[in-house]
Amino acid sequence: MDVLRLDAVSKKYGALTVTDGVSLSVPEGQALGIIGPNGAGKSTLFNLIGGTTTVSSGRIFFNEADITGFSAAERCNAGIARSFQIPHPFVGLTVYENLLVAEAFGIGGKPADGEGCREILHQTGLLSKANTPAGKLSLLERKRLELARALATRPRLLLLDEIAGGLTDGECKLLVELIKRIHASGVSIIWIEHIVHALTAVAERLVVIDYGRVIADGDPAEVINEPVVKEIYLGIDVDDEAA
Amino acid sequence: MEMINVILQGVLLGGLYALFAAGLSLMFGVMRFINIAHGDFIVVAAYLMLVAVLFLGLNPIIGILLVVVLMAAVGYAGQRILLNRVLDDDILPPVLVTFGLSIIIQNSLLETFSADSQRVPASGFDTASLSLSGDLAVGLLPLAMFLAAIGVIGVLQFVFYNTALGRLLRATSDDPEIVPLMGANNGHVFALATAIASGVVAIAGTMLAMKTNFDPTIGPSRLLFAFEAVIIGGMGNIWGTLAGGIILGVAQAIGAQIDAGYQILAGHLAFLAVLIVRPSGLFAKAKG
Repeated sequence: MDVLRLDAVSKKYGALTVTDGVSLSVPEGQALGIIGPNGAGKSTLFNLIGGTTTVSSGRIFFNEADITGFSAAERCNAGIARSFQIPHPFVGLTVYENLLVAEAFGIGGKPADGEGCREILHQTGLLSKANTPAGKLSLLERKRLELARALATRPRLLLLDEIAGGLTDGECKLLVELIKRIHASGVSIIWIEHIVHALTAVAERLVVIDYGRVIADGDPAEVINEPVVKEIYLGIDVDDEAA
Repeated sequence: MEMINVILQGVLLGGLYALFAAGLSLMFGVMRFINIAHGDFIVVAAYLMLVAVLFLGLNPIIGILLVVVLMAAVGYAGQRILLNRVLDDDILPPVLVTFGLSIIIQNSLLETFSADSQRVPASGFDTASLSLSGDLAVGLLPLAMFLAAIGVIGVLQFVFYNTALGRLLRATSDDPEIVPLMGANNGHVFALATAIASGVVAIAGTMLAMKTNFDPTIGPSRLLFAFEAVIIGGMGNIWGTLAGGIILGVAQAIGAQIDAGYQILAGHLAFLAVLIVRPSGLFAKAKG
């Protein structure tokens, strides 16, 4: 069964086509990596899947059910969670409270008992920061909170948007281990990332997007070596090293 | 002794002002919504109390409960049906819509209840008093208002910091765009905030109805007192709002003691003084 299926999904802003007829099937349990140059429409694709933006045309299916008309809240309740490239914690709440909000209103909407939250805090290395206001966290901690909060909604599908960006090699390694564990627990993952070695450590399949279209799709090692990918992606890699 | 009495009356009056302010502060805090019709909502609650007690002959306590439930329900529905449509990054549309509501409410009340000033009899409770010492006494009704204010603010504080609903409201206050991604429906959260605020407004309005004379046009000045109490206390601090109400009440009581005509002016002067000394309010929370 496919956990997610995009059927010719397009997004247009006036004359500008940001997502151009993307069709994509993600089997249940898969860890899918997405790469592509800046402005290729990767984050827009997440906005369309997560429901913060509506499609111009095409359908989106989650667990074989059509969710194209679902609001962002309904998609969260259905089992889609997302971490943002730029962390958006609830700054006035403590780290623990951030998770409780997510746990109370995520899938099933069961009242938060806090047990699951503590486990997630432990997993993500935030336990010692549980009572710190989220506004006082460092960038790395905010990124972890972003992931922890997404997990607290008990997702079936986790969308990670450049979560490894800005981390040191050591931090990145820990994060990769964490994402592997989440994947091993049965959560399907779609991960947009510029740091290709981190991505390929987890992803079983790699999709390349450019100008809003899927230009390559398949085994990560093979996709990386396709000439068309090398051509567009090498430039970006150089940019990223500089940044 | 005279001065102690004046200050005591002012403090108790401040409780009513804090009740006026709490609902306004809550709606602004959760959704950056400035409700220009807030004062008129208070007056509506006063008239509902009038209908409940005078026309339906209900016990005042039952009347208060009824008005609270009714106002909360109407607040929830009104937010979902009307006010949510104008909530956006732009702060002006809600101001315009509630300004319009204010005019509609005032004229509807005028049409229904005439311009005559009204008061809800509270079967002697409004004139009864408690003797403290010597010639010092407090009215039972002002005392009840003050205790109601402390109770309401205490409950709000508890709900905000110790319940799932409170966390959701605070999360929405922090970042309303992320809340839906946690699976909560913003329209519902906003409506819950308005329902709570309307319930508090109902308590304030029913108290007002028993304490003093009211007519359809007094809403805007109650709105002004509410704004002043919130700003004196500092945005986002609900106990500060109580303090703000008390400062306003005491200033008004002292002003009235000097000359009956100075009551309102003295309150405004205290407000201006706070604005000059601490523009963000006396107990403003430092931003995290």
